[in-house]
Amino acid sequence: MSADETVAASLTETATGSTAAPAVIPAGAIEGRSPWQLAWFILRKDRAAMISLGFIVFIALVAITAPLLAHWIGYGPTDQDRTNGITVDGLPVAPNSQHLFGTDNLGRDILVRTIYGTQVSLLVGVASTLLAVAMGVLVGLAAGYFGSVVDSVLSRAMDVVLSFPFLLFAIALVSIYGSGLGISVFVIAFFTWAAVGRIVRGQTLSIREKDYIEAARSLGAGDMRIMFVDVLPNVLAPVIVYTTLLIPIAIVFESTLSFLGLGVVPPTPTWGNMLSDSLDFYQVAWWFPLFPGLALLLTTLAFNLLGDGVRDALDPRAGRLSQD
Amino acid sequence: MSVNVNESTNRPTNDASEMLVEIRDAVKYFPIKQGVVVKREIGRVHAVEGVSLSVRRGETLGLVGETGCGKSTLARCVTRLHSLTSGQILFEGQDITDLSRSRVRPYRRRMQMIFQDPYGSLNPRRRVGSIIGDPFAIHGEGDRDERKPKVQELMELVGLNPEHYNRFPAEFSGGQRQRIGVARALALKPSLIVADEPVSALDVSIQAQIINLLDDLQQEFGLTYLFISHDLSVVRHVSDRIAVMYLGQVVELADSEELHNRPRHPYTNALLSAASVADPDQAAARQRIVLTGDVPSPVAPPTGCRFHPRCPKAQAICVQEQPPLVARAGDPDTHLTACHFPVEPGEDLTRVTATIPEEERAE
Repeated sequence: MSADETVAASLTETATGSTAAPAVIPAGAIEGRSPWQLAWFILRKDRAAMISLGFIVFIALVAITAPLLAHWIGYGPTDQDRTNGITVDGLPVAPNSQHLFGTDNLGRDILVRTIYGTQVSLLVGVASTLLAVAMGVLVGLAAGYFGSVVDSVLSRAMDVVLSFPFLLFAIALVSIYGSGLGISVFVIAFFTWAAVGRIVRGQTLSIREKDYIEAARSLGAGDMRIMFVDVLPNVLAPVIVYTTLLIPIAIVFESTLSFLGLGVVPPTPTWGNMLSDSLDFYQVAWWFPLFPGLALLLTTLAFNLLGDGVRDALDPRAGRLSQD
Repeated sequence: MSVNVNESTNRPTNDASEMLVEIRDAVKYFPIKQGVVVKREIGRVHAVEGVSLSVRRGETLGLVGETGCGKSTLARCVTRLHSLTSGQILFEGQDITDLSRSRVRPYRRRMQMIFQDPYGSLNPRRRVGSIIGDPFAIHGEGDRDERKPKVQELMELVGLNPEHYNRFPAEFSGGQRQRIGVARALALKPSLIVADEPVSALDVSIQAQIINLLDDLQQEFGLTYLFISHDLSVVRHVSDRIAVMYLGQVVELADSEELHNRPRHPYTNALLSAASVADPDQAAARQRIVLTGDVPSPVAPPTGCRFHPRCPKAQAICVQEQPPLVARAGDPDTHLTACHFPVEPGEDLTRVTATIPEEERAE
């Protein structure tokens, strides 16, 4: 059967279908498999990435339902259990049936505090990464697309940001503006957007020279339309990979800031300030640093494994994704 | 030698409506820059140098020449993807050479391009429906729902299954992709289509399909084509008139059959003798004119006639004086040749030798 006959056949089929049986798929209903869908098929076969994704969904659920879980366990994140949560010597209590993960030096339940720490870590990790990616994509697109002077100015700005010492700058900012959730998000985003910007700029430079960009220009498309409709979808793959790898970096950054007392203010629990509190007690209370540390480790590991999987799924050089 | 004037001036002004596009003395240089911070211009690529051509409404003007002769650059100047260094482009009698980007937009509707590479000219991350719908979206015609039937109509027109509206370019073959490119170019019902080597990247069997499609569409919509190719047999098939380019200049311009039957410029002769012939007996029997040397660098083009370092008929005057593009003795008015010593019918170019001393040949 020739191509024309196939077309004709399917046309008549739909024509009769619309009058006789409305259940027949209407014209235009053939779905194309997008490059994203193909990447998803590959990702789905990556066991490590799928386990990681499951774990991330799990801790996200934990973060959302933290108050419920705390209510169910019976302690709030800042409740001090003066009867069972602290020894007569004033030391933390080891894990037992009442406090599954033990307690800290003030008699607070470590399980509940670790659960609440998830909220801060995920919130800061995701929010600062999204902010960084948005900034990086905008600056990178502009630098790569417009080139010449715009590119020189923006590229030098990215170089300057990347050469800043992170902790010194963070300490300086916090001493001026005070510590808190918002300032943590801003500081982390400020130090990570430039890396995204560089990646996007590099990709944009190569996409800009493609024929389809010239085709869009010859149709009369403006710069904004070309940048966001034609260039952006083609630079998105490395951006997505970098985003998944940036979230654990941001989570570790947040923990570092909290550990140093520059992040979220106590008594709000974060993994970082729990680790910081445990410094004086880890020799007598192994459970005190173990559980927040383990939570931090597993979360960053899950994001990194997922990021690797996403990169394998989207990498055109792997040859598994059709890419022109 | 008969007295003739330049092609752009020898037509009376009341004929202007017949001219869809007029290119007057088009010059395009690309600067070569060097330096890290302060960029200095250290040279220029003379991509197009003094081309005057006009495209009549409804005709197909073929533009042939080897790679790097400036034919694609000229096409991109016509569609204002490049701006000219000097000269003028007139579209329907209006000078569009120096119009700003927003002022040139209305003209973009009326001239569209088909690109050489069907793989590179379609955005791999977008669905075919939105690629073909792009012209409507850019020029603000209808919302998404109104565009869909129009796009499907276009897909049917170029021989694609309209049900494949939601597919991605990667799911189509090269020939089908070129049909998508044609559909996109047709969307706004343009009067001029600039086809930049539209079949060069395709399989020979598919080439014929696309050429026939272009042919049918021209008759149906009264399109005018500026058809660029390096394949003479393709150009001969589709073109009413053919312009031969060499190193940024038009060396010969004639009606398609006239050019093939009586090529006057030695370069055209060499090109024609190199074109593929289907019949093996004929192919064996013909005399091929083999040019010596390479195309000179467009950064430093030769003096006088640009073809003289490789021309079998070159003489001293060719080194010094650039021959004008005029009708030569015995030719009709429409057959223009830029050569001091045009080839006479029956002359055997393989047997003549240039009479300029070696040291005078500017390389």
